[in-house]
Amino acid sequence: MKADELKTITSTFEEMKKQAELGWGELFNSDKAVIVVGAATCGRAAGAMEVVRALRNELKRQNLDCPVIEVGCMGHCYAEPIVIVSKPGYPPICYGHVNPVIAERLVREFILRDDPCLEFVLGALEENELIPSFADFPRAGYEKKVILKNCGQIDPTKIEHYIANGGYSALVKALQMPPDDLINEVKRSGLRGRGGAGFPTGEKWEICRSMPGKPKYIICNGDEGDPGAFMDRAILESDPHSVIEGMIIAGYAIGARYGYIYVRAEYPLAVERVQIALRQARKSKLLGKDILGGNLSFDIRLFQGSGAFVCGEETALIASLEGSPGMPEYRPPYPATSGLYGKPTVINNVKSLSSIPHIIENGAKWFASTGTEKSKGTAVFALAGKIVNTGLVEVPMGTTLRQVIFDVGSGIPGGKQFKAVQIGGPSGGCLPESALDVPIDFDSLTDAGAMMGSGGMVVLDEDDCMVEIARYFLEFTQRESCGKCTFCRLGTKQMLEILTDITNGQGKIEDIDMLETLAEDIMAGSLCGLGKTAPNPVLTTLRYFRDEYEAHIREGRCPALMCQELIAFYIIPDKCERSCDACIGTCTVEAISPNKKRIKIIDQEKCVKCGTCIVACPPQYDAIIKLSPPSEVPASEK
Amino acid sequence: MVAGYKGTSVTEEQAKIRQETKQTIKRFGRKRGNLIPILQKVQERLGYLPREAMTEIAEFLKIPEIDVYGVVTFYNQFRLNPPGRHAIRVCLGTACHMKGGYITLDAWKRRLDIDRGETTPDREFDLDTVACVGCCTMAPVTVVDNKPEGKVEPTKVDGILLAFEHEREGKGKKKKQ
Repeated sequence: MKADELKTITSTFEEMKKQAELGWGELFNSDKAVIVVGAATCGRAAGAMEVVRALRNELKRQNLDCPVIEVGCMGHCYAEPIVIVSKPGYPPICYGHVNPVIAERLVREFILRDDPCLEFVLGALEENELIPSFADFPRAGYEKKVILKNCGQIDPTKIEHYIANGGYSALVKALQMPPDDLINEVKRSGLRGRGGAGFPTGEKWEICRSMPGKPKYIICNGDEGDPGAFMDRAILESDPHSVIEGMIIAGYAIGARYGYIYVRAEYPLAVERVQIALRQARKSKLLGKDILGGNLSFDIRLFQGSGAFVCGEETALIASLEGSPGMPEYRPPYPATSGLYGKPTVINNVKSLSSIPHIIENGAKWFASTGTEKSKGTAVFALAGKIVNTGLVEVPMGTTLRQVIFDVGSGIPGGKQFKAVQIGGPSGGCLPESALDVPIDFDSLTDAGAMMGSGGMVVLDEDDCMVEIARYFLEFTQRESCGKCTFCRLGTKQMLEILTDITNGQGKIEDIDMLETLAEDIMAGSLCGLGKTAPNPVLTTLRYFRDEYEAHIREGRCPALMCQELIAFYIIPDKCERSCDACIGTCTVEAISPNKKRIKIIDQEKCVKCGTCIVACPPQYDAIIKLSPPSEVPASEK
Repeated sequence: MVAGYKGTSVTEEQAKIRQETKQTIKRFGRKRGNLIPILQKVQERLGYLPREAMTEIAEFLKIPEIDVYGVVTFYNQFRLNPPGRHAIRVCLGTACHMKGGYITLDAWKRRLDIDRGETTPDREFDLDTVACVGCCTMAPVTVVDNKPEGKVEPTKVDGILLAFEHEREGKGKKKKQ
């Protein structure tokens, strides 16, 4: 790079950064209070927008001038909607489970007067003497936020916030390095593809750069199709600029001029935020022709997927970008040699790309200092299912599953027993208690029969049936199979039919062998990852929970009391209270009626097994139970 | 083929669909890579992808109609029948399923008296499932008119329907006044 070009770039950026920092300082270091609301999709599902409206209305009513900022996901999804109030004289305080009424109280009692409403506090963001801070939480000892650093801290629709917090300075640094040095730096960092397969990112870039074809493309794979995973959604919604910055750096390194961000259509908010971010980046001359006044030109287009799981596979994703049905192609050639329109193309996951600015900014050594020998850096997991602290966590590679589930996630709610954790979605597997001490990295999880996948982690407890979850995933992969390979198309259908039979109590004991044979054949006879990994949920549940399969087949019994055909709801006459009608009123199909003694009885013919009555039965009676097999219900009530 | 085919009369509705499709797609470049964005835009405007619209798009991009139909039927997002006024999407992601999403789906089916992928005869509601909307922590989730609602169990299904009923009654009253 020529000296005057460098000068233009750095001076343009310095000016931009100065302005951004000025604005950020005015916002948070003034004598005004600032209210921050977590408004990513999960926050919105819990009612964050109603809270924002209530806050703004109440502030107006009280004639207060206090900015309300909508940020992304803070990771504490279990406590949504979340509000953070930063008032001069107090540490920034985070409130959980806020509703419009609490929001109004926060304005009247904390902002207007000086009562910080301690009863709604989740924790403070900084150490202080008044309120316990998040650093005192047990999870703080395990978490290390790199990719999620900005999530929930900045307004994702304001590029200034990103720049004021160190954003785009990695780009300026990268532009001063020759592309080969840049690739070497990424290689040295040991970053492996965060989409699940774990291919070294630097190597992929190097192959693509060395290819003669032109133009080259860079694609960000945000087609997060795994049910149960939402890390990419959270990053795109909360910190879209980190992905864009990573893409520009990648584009410069491999010599690409165009990039695509491929986002699922099921993520409308992510689509909107990325669009805004792209517009702002273009306006700030960080994207488009002559970036920051230098000679580099690079632009990004957003492409919305259309709801096909298989498009997460890179060749299928390319087919869909080209306007065809998303059917995978045989590899090699890999996209790095021949991808979009037959040109060299790098496809990276959202999390891989958003790691890039951090690697460039802090150096490969810094990044590689975290993690295990073969898997460097941090892993982001989406915790969901039967776990107390659902949400997003980022921990160093090598942390054990037990630490993530029981220390970070605070274990299983309701005093229930842990049964298994499902990792990696339909391609992954269910790991039991005995596998919990495995340190998480790409290779150890594969050895245990699961896989890293994109990072969805669904925790299952004693009420979850392992045969049913295997059936659920097979139903999913069977429906999403593109139909190209015979084994995947027909094999998964056979497996699904067998599993459905088992969950209906019509399984035969030889079905288990058949499942294993089919699984082997499907894995051998399928082209892409979807088919190759589709049998994993069945194989791991068979490996660790074979007794549940046998109970379904031999006794017609579902040990977890989940499979609808194998259970019946029953009211224990001795426990049922004559004067109570709670269950009758809530039954959605009017299947419950009292007998002559006013003891309630369920009409098994009418019952749809929705479980509403169990919730409604007051805990002091606790009279309704599930029985399996259904023949356990006394004959007099059938 | 119905519309535009030799000898068949083009009904008013079909002509209108063609007109609206034309309007929507004219700002796109005529290249194959734009097929999916075009389909998304047209569905956004019409609510679904009728045959006439697909024909129009095929002509616009100069590709066989079967290619358009192939793409439309491959991807879950596209629909071939008109939607209801309110879209009910039950999430069946892993977390939602394990927390009883299938029970919620049953409740919707029972209350609306339609199966997944169908629209009520009065075109008020259409019911479908979605693979995962990424709100796993709020499971079980139902997306009602693009707004994800958390913890939708059978009783909340009744609650949501009741709210719609009130809304309709409210509107009716206003009209009368």
